[in-house]
Amino acid sequence: MLLSNLPALQVVIPLVSAPVCLLLRNPRHAWACALIISWLVLAMALLLLQQVYTLGTISYAIGAWATPWGIEYRIDMAGALMILIIATVGAVTMPYAWRNIQHELHRKHTGVYYTCYLLCLTGLLGIVVTGDAFNLFVFLEISSLSSYVLISLGPSRRALTAAYQYLVMGTIGATFILIGIGLLYMMTGTLNMQDISQRLPEVADTRTIRVAFAFVTVGVSIKLALFPLHIWLPNAYTYAPSVVSAFMAATATKVGVYVLLRFFFTLFGLQFSFNAMHVGEILMLLAVAAILIASLVAIFQDNVKRMLAYSSVAQIGYIILGISLATTAGVSAGMLHLFNHAMIKGALFMAMGCIFLRLGSVEIHNMHGLARQMPWTMAAFVAGGLSLIGVPLTAGFISKWYLVNAALTDGYWPLAVLILVSSLLALIYIWRVVEAAYFHLPGADMHKVREAPASMLIPTWLLIGVNLYVGLDAGLITNIAQQGAASLLGQALQ
Amino acid sequence: MTELLGHYNYWIVIILMMTGFYIVIARPNLVKKVIGLFIFQTSVFILFISMAKIEGGTAPIIEEGLSVYSNPLPHVLILTAIVVSLATTALGLALVVRIQEAYGTSNEDDIHVQDEED
Amino acid sequence: MEHLIDIVLLGLLMITGFAIVRMKSLLAVAMLTSIYSLLSASLFVVLDAVDVALTEAAIGAGISTILMLATVALTRDEEKAPRHTPLLPLAVVTVTGAALIYGTLDMPHYGDPAAPVHQHAASAYLHDTPGEIGVPNVVTSVLASYRGYDTLGEVTVIFTAGAGVLALLGYRTRRRNIQGPGIRKLVVLRVIAKLFFPLILLFALYVLFHGDYGPGGGFQAGVIFATGFILYALAFGLGNAQRVIHHPLLRIMAAVGVLIYAAVGIEGILLGGKFLEYGVLADDPVTGQHLGIMLIELGVGITVAAVMLIIYYGFVSRQD
Repeated sequence: MLLSNLPALQVVIPLVSAPVCLLLRNPRHAWACALIISWLVLAMALLLLQQVYTLGTISYAIGAWATPWGIEYRIDMAGALMILIIATVGAVTMPYAWRNIQHELHRKHTGVYYTCYLLCLTGLLGIVVTGDAFNLFVFLEISSLSSYVLISLGPSRRALTAAYQYLVMGTIGATFILIGIGLLYMMTGTLNMQDISQRLPEVADTRTIRVAFAFVTVGVSIKLALFPLHIWLPNAYTYAPSVVSAFMAATATKVGVYVLLRFFFTLFGLQFSFNAMHVGEILMLLAVAAILIASLVAIFQDNVKRMLAYSSVAQIGYIILGISLATTAGVSAGMLHLFNHAMIKGALFMAMGCIFLRLGSVEIHNMHGLARQMPWTMAAFVAGGLSLIGVPLTAGFISKWYLVNAALTDGYWPLAVLILVSSLLALIYIWRVVEAAYFHLPGADMHKVREAPASMLIPTWLLIGVNLYVGLDAGLITNIAQQGAASLLGQALQ
Repeated sequence: MTELLGHYNYWIVIILMMTGFYIVIARPNLVKKVIGLFIFQTSVFILFISMAKIEGGTAPIIEEGLSVYSNPLPHVLILTAIVVSLATTALGLALVVRIQEAYGTSNEDDIHVQDEED
Repeated sequence: MEHLIDIVLLGLLMITGFAIVRMKSLLAVAMLTSIYSLLSASLFVVLDAVDVALTEAAIGAGISTILMLATVALTRDEEKAPRHTPLLPLAVVTVTGAALIYGTLDMPHYGDPAAPVHQHAASAYLHDTPGEIGVPNVVTSVLASYRGYDTLGEVTVIFTAGAGVLALLGYRTRRRNIQGPGIRKLVVLRVIAKLFFPLILLFALYVLFHGDYGPGGGFQAGVIFATGFILYALAFGLGNAQRVIHHPLLRIMAAVGVLIYAAVGIEGILLGGKFLEYGVLADDPVTGQHLGIMLIELGVGITVAAVMLIIYYGFVSRQD
């Protein structure tokens, strides 16, 4: 009975636990509640993945109302992979969060933090699972509103302005999406994604649908921080509490990418999106710009969190590059990189949280000689950095390999060169941190710095472990990504 | 003529939407930006409710003797969207209050100057 | 006639919108925003959206305005001129607006009965509601049952806002009853507030339980309920209002409302149905629908009322 209701429970259980968490007055209880729920969500995500793997796409009618009258939950392989990413990052960051939150947040905020975190988790999961365009907007807002709050809780006052900037841009994005959904509804009379895609061909050649497509694309691009609409991201990730940066960098923008995939392939269809609207060329151009410009900007940052944030903008460029090819190979390479980058960036931001806890700073010029004091943390950073660069035997290598292959198959050899060049840029910015930590003489106060606590190191190394494992044996995850891409494109071809 | 009349409602709504959007992106005052978002969103609501209207219809409450009703679905969607708009306004203004306390100003340009000095 | 009112209201909205752009005094802008919201509520009545009109008037013209005024009171009233010429924003807005106007050219005409929105899913809602749900207000049946999951999301959104304001502004319980010296002299306000307070609460209950038959429901009721307390706090001071409903109680209420809603959904699963399937709640599916709708509306009302007051207390507690 519970198993057949798994799609709904996947979202409803974190949703219900958020108010429960608010009722728990003791922060330790709130943390325990969030921890248990996070691991429960991961268990459900694995079960769900297994169900989709064996049974194929799952459809669940909420309230037992048939589509298009009721709201449908619909999970295919791409969705199941996204849920797994969100759930994994959530489960890994929660044990880490306790020390980090105690350190970086005011004591009176710690209880509310866990409530907002669970709401954000609910929103992200809800976006992925839903098969209804308006329901997507509602859960997008749940995740956005809670992430504004999470970011604003950061230790410096600039967290407030970062959150405000994100709120304004995020709301503009959401309103654009709402306008797009409204225009789609106006022309098709339905909100169910499958139903829209079936009724769309009749009206596809109208100006209204073209405008709807443009508004949805721009709105979602703000949410996923596609260059040049990324300007909210560097501040948000720099000034948010470290665990929030890790969680958001690994999930929020990734879910944005997923929404874009849903709209392009499931809803509008490959034909319309790429052949009629030529979105592939535009995306490819923006992705190239993102990869080059953001990587260059990252080199000149002294604050490592800000450097990683710009690196995220570049990495989103890689994912979009794969999608812009609009082939099964390209989209599956994009999805593979989406998974790998979530694990890499999560681990790197978590390493920065460890450093901030002990050093009180994440500026490169304060890190001189840090490797001797915090060997495990710095080793995690180096391992994550190697994966980010794309060195063989790491996860980053696998996804870049597939990306290069997909580009070469379509004859885009300059893209392959671009990927190599930008890997060199990544090497430079990672090296700046490594040089400071390993090869500079320590400052006067450095001997007081101790290694981070195990509660923070072990979760960081768990994500690094996933990276190394994928680097050695990428069979399973590649298979899932390929099935996900096939499911997305297959639906589009019907 | 009918072509013109057929869409005049939507055109005015678009002007309203763009008024709000302009306030958000052009004005440096943080309170006014939130107000701009509010106007932008409220105008989008009018767009949705306009498409629900049916010539000669009444409110979608079933009664004897009536047969033409406006479409209830956009009404439901906008009820939800109004709540989202309120939530955004409340959080946005709460952030402005905190920024005012931390920086002593709610003007974007002045905040940039202070951030540069840090 | 309807078209005339429609055009007049739209014209007034445009004038108000432009005035908001031009005005420098933020106090005036906040009041104009309230008028803008009230005008759109009137427009919603003309467009047959009575439920939406009620909500817009209560939320937009009511609560949002109070929040804006409270914020303006804490910041400086005058808006400074922008440092840069607004050429780029103007260009962005022009392009966006032009794109939308381009998009309208293939739209179905305003009020056209043959438009796709009136044909596909909507006609089924209107046709099936009496038999499947048994309530006359189709907006309620779609909101609470057919698309009840969106409404659960909506309650979660408002709960998020409450948790967010709690995190950002917190609360301070007042021992002393702070009240402007001016307001104590306003006998008329105090008398009227005293008279209206019970009436507003009664009206809130009416709106809550009458939502099946007329415009209204849990959301509107919750806002009206909170407005009653806000009026009370304005006339008799925040301390007195907090003595009636204190902060820990509000936290509990905000959480319990969401939990009631979700519990109704989970009860559907436990009774062998789907999530939020009300039909299985009673022997007769239509009775089950009635029961489910009433319970979730109650949950919505409780959370909304509590969150509105949390937000209000949060903003007011910063006023010193």
